[in-house]
Amino acid sequence: MMQLSKLYLLVSSEFLTAFRNRHEALNPLLFFVLVCLLFPLGIGPSPVLLNTIAPGIIWCAALLAILMSLSNLFRTEYENGTLELMVLATHSLTVLVIIKLLAHWMLIVLPLILLTPFIASALGMSFDVQLTLLSTLLLGTPVLLLVGAVMATLTLVIPQNGMLLALLVLPLYVPVLIFGTSAVNATASGFSAAGPLYILATLCVLSLTLSPFAIVAALKTGVSQ
Amino acid sequence: MMKWLHTMASSAWFYRFSGRVIPWLMILFIALLLYGLYGGLVLAPADYQQGDAFRIIYVHVPAAWMSLFIYVVMAVYGFIALVWRIKLAEVLLISSAPVGAAFTFLALVTGSLWGKPMWGTWWSWDARLTSELLLLFLYFGVMGLYAAIEDKRTASKAVSILTLVGVVNIPIIHYSVTWWNTLHQGSTVSMTDKSSMHIDMLAPLLVMALAFKVYYGIALLLRTRTELIEREPNSKWLKAIIEEKIND
Repeated sequence: MMQLSKLYLLVSSEFLTAFRNRHEALNPLLFFVLVCLLFPLGIGPSPVLLNTIAPGIIWCAALLAILMSLSNLFRTEYENGTLELMVLATHSLTVLVIIKLLAHWMLIVLPLILLTPFIASALGMSFDVQLTLLSTLLLGTPVLLLVGAVMATLTLVIPQNGMLLALLVLPLYVPVLIFGTSAVNATASGFSAAGPLYILATLCVLSLTLSPFAIVAALKTGVSQ
Repeated sequence: MMKWLHTMASSAWFYRFSGRVIPWLMILFIALLLYGLYGGLVLAPADYQQGDAFRIIYVHVPAAWMSLFIYVVMAVYGFIALVWRIKLAEVLLISSAPVGAAFTFLALVTGSLWGKPMWGTWWSWDARLTSELLLLFLYFGVMGLYAAIEDKRTASKAVSILTLVGVVNIPIIHYSVTWWNTLHQGSTVSMTDKSSMHIDMLAPLLVMALAFKVYYGIALLLRTRTELIEREPNSKWLKAIIEEKIND
């Protein structure tokens, strides 16, 4: 069992490095806002149309922003050799991975979620629909991050992995996108969003419990090369 | 059991064995294919609703079955490769991927050809079509990842993990897409329920499914042989086999 003090050290060092590199956290946010801006420009400013497709726009933009942030998830650690030390260290690699992902979620994904009410209002979403949107994002983004992290570690040894990462990750993002948007659409048309929300919660628990093991296995093959 | 598995997993044994099996599989495949096509295209009666257009199922349905079957088989190889570190399983996995992708593509194309006269459209955002398309991308992902990593042992391990993650996700993707939209007709052939298809129509379909399975076997063995030579070009077993060929 890992001692609490060690755990504290790990958490604080993770957050400190992430905070020192805070300009990196800004890029996915700007990307998210810009993608959301492109849709009305491409489709036209009709409020009725924008209101119908708003959940899809926000979910797709969030999904792409997370995808963009994935490729530097373990990149620096892999390049400067810290990753090898992490794998060789005596304490559990699984715990370390979970802490890293938690830090990533809190510093990159959470600001993005906090930003969505502004974009949602601009697209004409009402308050209770926004509430559902926020809960789907809170349940769905951890799934996106965890599944994406598995693929990001698998492609770690490839220098320019952006396009390949998209090919690997996007098909697996489909369920989250479907249930996320359908929950929001259900609320918008006056139905209960409980069903898709429960399924999103299931997916969240599933990926939280299963993907750390896949990430650890992928990290070990990456380092052993 | 494990000893037997390891003998079978040696490259030399596999190469000799597959060389002997392939001609027999070819004969079996041609016989099944001819019977299946004759039964399906000539003997089976036309459908009372869809006319002769329904006959495309003799290619479409077996191809769709194979597309899923091969992915599951790949995941089994991936599991074997990761747990018992058997090199041959890695080679079998990666040799299966293009065959599976081809079957998936065939299922999509034949489905689209059938959809034009029946549904009046080449493509519709139907659940089964969409999940089949996503499956095609999963196959492309496997092939892309393997091609992108230079060291083939590392690539194989990565691909094994990827297929295992994929196989967990396939049912989730499938059910989520089903929930999203469905237009496709339900299955007419089922293992558990009594099939709603007449035996004259069903028999050729099952024979075609078998023929496709045998074809997969042939393609897999041929691809694996090539991949083995590519991976171990200077090995002793290969030199021994080449010498035998020269001496014959």
